Amino acid sequence: MGHGPRDGFDNPIIEWVDSRLPIFTMMQKEYGVFPTPRNFNWFWNFGAIAMFMLITMIVTGIVLAMHYTADTKLAFDSVERITRDVNGGWLLRNLHMNGASFFFIAVYIHMFRGIYYGSYKGPRELLWILGVVIFLLMMATAFIGYVLPWGQMSLWGATVITNLFSAIPFVGEEYIMPLLLGGFSIDNATLTRFFALHYLLPFVIFAVVFLHIWALHVTGSNNPLGIEPKGPQDTLPFHPYYTMKDFFGMIVFMILYAWFVFYAPDALGHPDNYIPANPLVTPPHIVPEWYFLPFYAILRAITFNFNLFMLAGLGLLAVFMVEFIWRYKPKYLSGAQGILLLVAGGGLAVFGLLADFNQTWAIPMTASTDVPISAKFGGVLAMFGSIGLLVVLPWLDSHPIRSARFRPLFRVAVLVFTLSVFVLGYAGSQPSDKVYLSACLGDAQACEAIEHGNADHIEAGHEPTVLALDNTMIAQAFTALYFSFFLIILPLLSRFEKGRELPTSIHEAVLAKKQKAGA
Amino acid sequence: MSADTDTTNDNTPHSAHDAEGETRRDFMQLLASAFGVIGGALAAWPLINSLNPAKDTLALATVEVDISGIPKGEAKTIMWQGKPVFVRHRTEEEIKMAEAVEVQSLTDKQSDKERVQRPEWLITVGVCTHLGCVPVGQKMTDTRGDYGGWFCPCHGSHYDTSGRIRKGPAPKNLAIPPYEFINDTTIRIG
Ligand code: HEM
Ligand code: FES
Repeated sequence: MGHGPRDGFDNPIIEWVDSRLPIFTMMQKEYGVFPTPRNFNWFWNFGAIAMFMLITMIVTGIVLAMHYTADTKLAFDSVERITRDVNGGWLLRNLHMNGASFFFIAVYIHMFRGIYYGSYKGPRELLWILGVVIFLLMMATAFIGYVLPWGQMSLWGATVITNLFSAIPFVGEEYIMPLLLGGFSIDNATLTRFFALHYLLPFVIFAVVFLHIWALHVTGSNNPLGIEPKGPQDTLPFHPYYTMKDFFGMIVFMILYAWFVFYAPDALGHPDNYIPANPLVTPPHIVPEWYFLPFYAILRAITFNFNLFMLAGLGLLAVFMVEFIWRYKPKYLSGAQGILLLVAGGGLAVFGLLADFNQTWAIPMTASTDVPISAKFGGVLAMFGSIGLLVVLPWLDSHPIRSARFRPLFRVAVLVFTLSVFVLGYAGSQPSDKVYLSACLGDAQACEAIEHGNADHIEAGHEPTVLALDNTMIAQAFTALYFSFFLIILPLLSRFEKGRELPTSIHEAVLAKKQKAGA
Repeated sequence: MSADTDTTNDNTPHSAHDAEGETRRDFMQLLASAFGVIGGALAAWPLINSLNPAKDTLALATVEVDISGIPKGEAKTIMWQGKPVFVRHRTEEEIKMAEAVEVQSLTDKQSDKERVQRPEWLITVGVCTHLGCVPVGQKMTDTRGDYGGWFCPCHGSHYDTSGRIRKGPAPKNLAIPPYEFINDTTIRIG
């Protein structure tokens, strides 16, 4: 970096520094004249907004840390003291607390932009992957930060999530859990290490953001048309065009953020976190922060074990998927073999699932104590898998057109996918056994008894069948949709979608639009 | 790395002699990297190990409990290793219910006999084996679930009067901590 030729500066002090360390030349090159596509829309504001939120979190966090005490006996009170007694402490805490939410809002919009306009495609794969790494680090940081105030949700949220690691076969319970917690439960040793990590991770994020932006400045930005700029007529210098546009967007975003900070600071949080942590009493309904809800729903959607029959079946289905969906032409197998795979794989998987639901059948190797992947571990794999898919997204979607504007089918798929993430978020916020719809089939009297909660009075032999659509089923259906978007829909679209004709260049498209608007 | 003219660093073999030197150098580099990795791992170990439970945490690993005041049908909660332990004084009926269950029909196949030392005392770790919530059911007035033992409110696991999982997402029975009766009214857990 910064080894290129220098133009020099008029100001002698700047020139003195720059000739020894060309930092001003670099800033000028990367943020001054940096050629940027001229057709950005507002979605391109959210990178800068996320950067602003990261800095806000680090600055407010450092000051909060000066007043905070990481000790289970004192932590809750020290946070209360921050909000009541420390000068302006309420403001700092509200900024930090809601800042986490707004950081996630900015990053989620930023990620949606990346998917909708195909920014993850070559040559920007690594840029996208670094973004997913930032997202993972943010989730870790926010999860750990939420433990620090040591309220009921802090403790129990952390208990539920750290317990996920106990699902790792062989080593989870005995080695990983004690190492993670520093004891046998979430306690003082856990709180102190979480605080240390909560201080550290944002700086790690900062470093990865640096790499992310470095990679961006190698490839240049994508844009709403998804075609590369061909020359100076397609670009504008970053300053003043996009510095101003980013600044304006940031101010609008800050107004919204400030509204929450000043008028609804607890609207996004959970009231139970104002009850001091109590290791003997679990709150009746544990929910994570809103930004984790879709992933929490995926975690809870896996209510069944993966026994050997299911794994074998899924393995065969995976072979089918790779050979007949991912490859443009099947390489090793004939069509008949494909059908055989599909039937055998599907059959085995369904049989395994039924065997799991009906433990009374006592089919060998299906008891929940001797399955290779328990429901709990399956949930963990599904949750991390749902983020892992983002990493390989550039290879699952190999369609040559980037922007959804020119891919009508992809556009619908992305919007349905986005909707399914929202539905998963809702499902994550509700109790698993909540019933949305139910139908009672059979004896009318008995059905009435059930409706009135006197199921005990039903005569033997007259029990009706109750069909119910509960929250778990919703979560399962939309988890299936989430995974099939990546594994089936995108590869199929890459293969079959025609797409619209692309404009020849950015400036022509922009001018054509102007003319149409003027006419 | 600019125009460095040091020929010993040159990676292109010019003659047989050089090529021979290269393989030796490659080997040395491999060896050095391997030692670097081993050394790094050894240096990291004390850092990681310090995060394991400390000696004082481990020292809290036993507690003695007076169980004389627990009425039949109720249970007492004790803290052991930072976790709740349930000491339940079971009624005859509860014992009968626990013993009558056919073991083969269970998710986690254990008979009641394997889970108690004295039938009227059931001692289990009060942590749901699903994701670690504390099940309710210590008092007779609590919701005890469909099987009269405990009910975990987090994701709806039902445990029977032997602390065995009967319904819901938990994979295993409530754990039995190591314990012994010191006399009729005192137990040592841990
Ligand atoms: C990536 C950036 C960060 C995120 C997403 C984040 C997230 C959070 C969250 C969600 C909380 C819980 C808020 C509450 O319910 O009260 C929290 C608390 C806290 N954070 Fe951060 N944080 C970040 C950066 C930092 C930094 C850099 C520091 C210190 C250098 C810090 C120090 C603290 C402290 C002391 C608390 C406890 C006080 C409180 O609860 O308000 N944070 N953080
Ligand atoms: S933690 Fe008990 S049911 Fe999930």
